[in-house]
This record gives sequence, structure tokens and C-alpha cells, in this order.
Amino acid sequence: MSHGLALHRDLEAFVRRDDTGRGRLELLVRGARCAGCISKIEKAVRALPGVEAARLNLTTGKLAVELAGKTADPGQVLETVEDLGYRACLFDPAEADAAQDREGKELAVALGVAGFGAGNVMMFTVPAWAGLFGQELTPATLTVMYWMAAIVATPCALFAGRPFFRSAWASLKRGKANMDVPISIGVILTLIVSFSETLLGGKHAYFDAAVTLLFLLLIGRYLDHRLRAGARSAARDLLALQTPVAMRLLDGAEQGIPVAEIRVGDLLAVAPGERIPVDGLVEEGASELDNALITGETALVPVAAGARLHAGALNLSGRLVMKATARTEDSTLAAIARLMEAGAQARSTYVRLADKAAALYVPIVHTAAALTFVGGWALGLGPREALLRAAAVLIVTCPCALGLAVPAVQIAASSRLFRKGVLVKSGAALERLAEVDHVVFDKTGVLTEGRPALIDAPAHLVAIAAPLARASRHPLARALAAEAGAGPVAQDCVETAGQGVEGVIDGRRARLGRASFVGVKEAGVRETELWFGFEGDVKIRFAFEDLPRRDAGDTIGKLVALGLSVEILSGDVEGPVREVARAVGVAAWRSGLTPVEKAAIVDELKARGRKVLMVGDGLNDAAALAKAHASMAPGAAVDAAQNAADLVFTGEGLGAVIESLETARDARRRALENFGFSALYNVVATPAAMFGLVNPFVAALAMSGSSIVVLLNAARPSVGRFRR
Amino acid sequence: MNIVLFLAPASIGLGALGLLAFFWTMRSGQYDDPKGDAERILYDHLDDKPPSGAE
Repeated sequence: MSHGLALHRDLEAFVRRDDTGRGRLELLVRGARCAGCISKIEKAVRALPGVEAARLNLTTGKLAVELAGKTADPGQVLETVEDLGYRACLFDPAEADAAQDREGKELAVALGVAGFGAGNVMMFTVPAWAGLFGQELTPATLTVMYWMAAIVATPCALFAGRPFFRSAWASLKRGKANMDVPISIGVILTLIVSFSETLLGGKHAYFDAAVTLLFLLLIGRYLDHRLRAGARSAARDLLALQTPVAMRLLDGAEQGIPVAEIRVGDLLAVAPGERIPVDGLVEEGASELDNALITGETALVPVAAGARLHAGALNLSGRLVMKATARTEDSTLAAIARLMEAGAQARSTYVRLADKAAALYVPIVHTAAALTFVGGWALGLGPREALLRAAAVLIVTCPCALGLAVPAVQIAASSRLFRKGVLVKSGAALERLAEVDHVVFDKTGVLTEGRPALIDAPAHLVAIAAPLARASRHPLARALAAEAGAGPVAQDCVETAGQGVEGVIDGRRARLGRASFVGVKEAGVRETELWFGFEGDVKIRFAFEDLPRRDAGDTIGKLVALGLSVEILSGDVEGPVREVARAVGVAAWRSGLTPVEKAAIVDELKARGRKVLMVGDGLNDAAALAKAHASMAPGAAVDAAQNAADLVFTGEGLGAVIESLETARDARRRALENFGFSALYNVVATPAAMFGLVNPFVAALAMSGSSIVVLLNAARPSVGRFRR
Repeated sequence: MNIVLFLAPASIGLGALGLLAFFWTMRSGQYDDPKGDAERILYDHLDDKPPSGAE
């Protein structure tokens, strides 16, 4: 993208310097797979002047480069890696900080501590169980064992339980009870009762249960976090590859800066093939813009000095110098961003499956425990025995399996989707996707390829024009050249930005480009056409169209077969939308919509009780994506759309939509199965605890048993997948 | 019975040693790049020490 020009650009803004002037630079490298790649890249970069160390992380694809002083040139590092044949881009230092996974580290530490506690506490509780069944363990020894267990388990449980305590406290402050409330109460009450039992020389202390419970729950929590963090960093990498460095002009020199640092009034250079970074005005240069991602229009727009530019448009043919009239935060995006925020807020009120279960489960369990205590005391058990039984109820019903039920299923589902090229941003996204009953597609770039393809042209005419087309970088000319295949290139080619290309084919001068450039005077010429002609000869017209993706019709058919209704909402003009709708077999379509109208239609559908899946790629879809019940965006979409979407799919086809829907529905089924199992377990375990049939040994068995069953159910291969 | 008084702390100590080792591996960034480490350890010309910049 910035290849070839990088050498002469000042990219200092991407280097993080410490006090001594030593710098650190991060690059995202795509395509490195093996030891050979590591060795090639690291060796070449280390050989550069001023580079102290370079290390490639093969897992994340990040190349960390340490710079000794100001002598090193970040652009040269980039150039070196690209010359080796890898795709590379600079990573914004602010993003690099955000990529640090602190929460994951904290959870891993908690998991380690809980694992240590759960393992070591068994040294004392397993012998203690022998005492429960009347074997040769004197009450005094039992008490010693419990004290030792307390010494190991209590600090571990209090430390490892912090993530749960914090979340439970936050939830209580908001006046709600999530799954962490019964977990926290269960753990703390268990510890208190166990201490008092040990002090009083009783037989039932549950130190092992408290810490084992946390260990199992932390596994679920950690899996859930890994899922979200993995998808987030993958999404960030996609965007880093797509958002280029903005080039600021300072006294004639180009200086690369992160897009977020552009200020109003900055002069920016935009090379052909790059996106316009912020709103602005053209200062010099002429080119054509592809607005497909902003408005959904397929027609190309010519621009010259003084023309208004919108952030996100693709600069096609000429180098432009523009003056920024807005910062990134208040570009065209502003209105859309506000709409997106509103959508995101609506979405954050979505109640997750596990929390729905908790809302049902918490009152029942706590009532049962309270009843056990009050009832047991009233029926003559004595307060101590009654409290012990109430604690036993809380321990055996502690939602261990419930805590694992959803994350275990979701991590299995999203890693399956990841292998198929679909990034799932959160577990909640999968839950929402499973509920969808109406699908809204954007046209350009989603149902269609998003790039022009030649239509109805005789092969011999294509072959005549091809030598000139091969010399041009214009997308229409490229489509023409692609149709013709490999062959000779015209000589003495001169390309005029926004007009066309002129050159010599077999000794004859020829032109390829807009009608006026080639010499055709015709009213109502379309933007999606090219004219070709030899000097003083007949002119030939080539028409282009943005064709539907090959599997678009199939995908729509499958969605309908799954019982979903399908609709197209497009910002493009009526003609092309009708064409595409007919080609893919969708009866409901609307054209010429503004971003606000799209969002309003989604809102209206929501108000009628429909659960909408929005699939879109443009800036004009971002608000609708954020408002929809669930949303998907292709990997080529603008960053705003990718940010707003729940799932991002890479790859050519739309099959990912079907795949994701089916996986989400399957995951929901599994999660419900797991809930069913947990309910069954509780129906058996709760009365047993109420009637005093549970001792620490039974509690330990029941708890780990139920968790293992839930995990196995999540991991089993899908039956439906084999049937198909 | 007295042997327990010696064995119990000893075994907990060994367990704690394992836990400390786990913390050390985390802090020195040994889980940051499992794929790369699997390759690096096989070749002499690759640097297979943990990354210097790990926090």
C-alpha cells in the first residue's frame, strides 16, 4: 500500500521513545509462518543501521523493533520487510498499548492460584473424608486436617475469587443480581461456616469445595475472556492493515502520522489506491473517487481542486493533496457515530443467556437455603445444624456448571467459526445471532463483489483494447485487462487522472477512457463505462457492472429455507438495486437510502418485534449495523462498519452468513442443554442437601461431576453436521 | 503422626514453588508466542530466549 514511497517518508510518529531516546516500533507482518520466515525477517531488520533488536512474534504476527537512536528510519524497516515478500504495516502506538491484555493476565494468575489451592487442599481433605465414613481418623486429627486445609484454601479462595467479588459488587450496586452474586455469597458463606465448624470440632468443613468451585469457574471465565480478547485483537489487526498511515505535508516533505493525529488545516497527500483519511477539500490534483463504502453508490465520482472529500472514499487514479477540514472524530462520521452510540447502548441492555438463567436461579436457590435454615430450626434441628444444611444447599447449588455452560459452548463455536474465517467479537453476539428472524443486506460490496466486472463484450473487441487497459491502474481498465488475460502492453502510455490512458498499439495511437477523452460526444453517458478507439476510427463502448457474488443467490435461498425473511436496503440508485434484487431472488428491496434512513428502518423493524440481522460494509451501514439485533460485516468493510459489527467475515463468499447462523443456533441449543442438565442436577442435589445427606465428599464429587458433563457436552462434535 | 507436621509444610512448599514458577513464566512472557517458540527451539540460528521487552 505504501510500498516504494516509504523510504522518503518520515514515520517518526509511530516510534515510542523512552527518556534515553531509545525507540520501539511495532509492525504487523502478514504471511510469516515458519522458522525460515522468522530468521529471514529478523536478520534483515537487524542488519539495518540503528536497529538494535528485532523479534517477530509468530502467534500475533507482530514484529517488535528496538531502535538505538534517531539514526534508524522506520520507513526503511517497513520497506525491508515488504521487500522480503511479506505484507507489513505500522501499528499505531496507542493501539499497541490497548492490545496489552491486562485482564487476561489477571485471570491467568487467579486461575493459577486457584489451581494451586484446589490441588493442595486435597492433601488434607481426602484423608479427612476417611474420617467421615468412620475409618480410623480420630476427631482431633480431623480437626488438624481441616485447619491445614483452611490455611491453604482461605487465602487462595479470597485471592482467586476477586474477579467474582468485584463483578458481584458492581452488579448489586446497580440493583441487579448476576451469576456472580450467588457465587460470591456461596464462597464466602462456605468459608465462614467451615471455619466455625472447624472451631467447634464439627465433621463438615467445605474448604476444598470453596476453592475447587472457584478453580472450575475461573476456567470458564478465562475461556470467555480468551474468546473476546482473541477476536478483538484479530479485528484490530484487520483494521491496522486497512487504515493506512496518513501523510502530512510539512514544507514539502511527507510525514507519516496515525490518522487519529490529523488536525484541522493539515495538508495531506493521498496516493492512488489509498482512502481519504478525514473530510477535506482538494488543494491540488485530479482523480476519481470510489464512494461505494460511504454511500453505496457504484458510480465513480471525478474530483478536482476545490472539490469536497468525505472520509473513507477510495482515491482511484491520481495523487491528491487535500486540506483537512475536520478532525477524525468529527468527520462525516460524527452523525453516524452518534447513531452508532445509541445503537450500542440499546444493545448493552441485552440480557445474556447466563444472566437470564441467574435471574431465575438466584431467588430460587436463596429461598431454598433460607427455608432450609428456618424450617430446619423450627423442626428442631438446632441453629448450628440448620445453618450447616443451609450452607450445604448453597454449596451444592453453586452455579459451577452454569458458569461453564455458556462460555464452554461459545468458545467451541467461535473457534469453529474462526477456522472458517469468521471473527466473533463476543459471546453475546453469538447469542443474539441465534435469535435472528429477519436479514437485511446492503447491496454494494455485500451482495455484490463491490468491484466492476465487464459485461457482454465480444472477446475480439476486448483483445484489441487490452494492451492499453494493461497499462492503467484504473479499476475499470483493470477489469477489462482481467477479462483479456495476459498479453502485450501498449507503448508510450500516458495516463491522465480522471480521464483515461493514451498509448500506441501496433504503431497506431489509441485512447481508452471516458467518452469525452476518447472523443465521443454523447448525452447521458454512464460512469460505469469505458470507451476505446484508435485515432480517427470507430469508438467501442465497454460497459461494466458490479455483479452479484457467486453464492449470493444460494445464500438467500438457504436463509429463506431456514425460515428467515430477507430484505435489501441500499444507498445506490434504483436501477442497479432492482437488477441485483432480481438476480439474487429478493422481493423486498429499497434504494436511495441515506444512513439515517437505513437506521430508522432497522429501528422500525425492531419496534415491530423483529430480530434483525444486518449485513453491511459501508459507512452508510454503520448506524444500522449498531442498531440491529446482530450484525455482520465483511473483512473489506470500512473500519466504522467493522467496529459496529458483531461478526467480521473474511473470504470471498456469503456462505459465512449461513455458517455463522447455524453455528450460533447450534451453540444456543447446546447452552440450553447444559442449563437443562444443571437444573436436573439441582433438582436432585438440593433436596439431598436440605435433608442433610450431603457431606464434603459428596459435595466435591457432585460439583466436579456436573462441570465435567457440561464441558463434555460443549466439546462433543455436532450431530447435525454429520447428517448434512 | 509427627511426620505429618513435617510432610504437610514440605508438600505445600513444593506446591508453592510450582506456583511461583508459573508466575515467573507468565512475567517473562513465555506464553506470548507459543507458535514462534515451537519453531525457535529447533534451530541454532534463532534466538530462543524469552523476549527482552516482556513486562
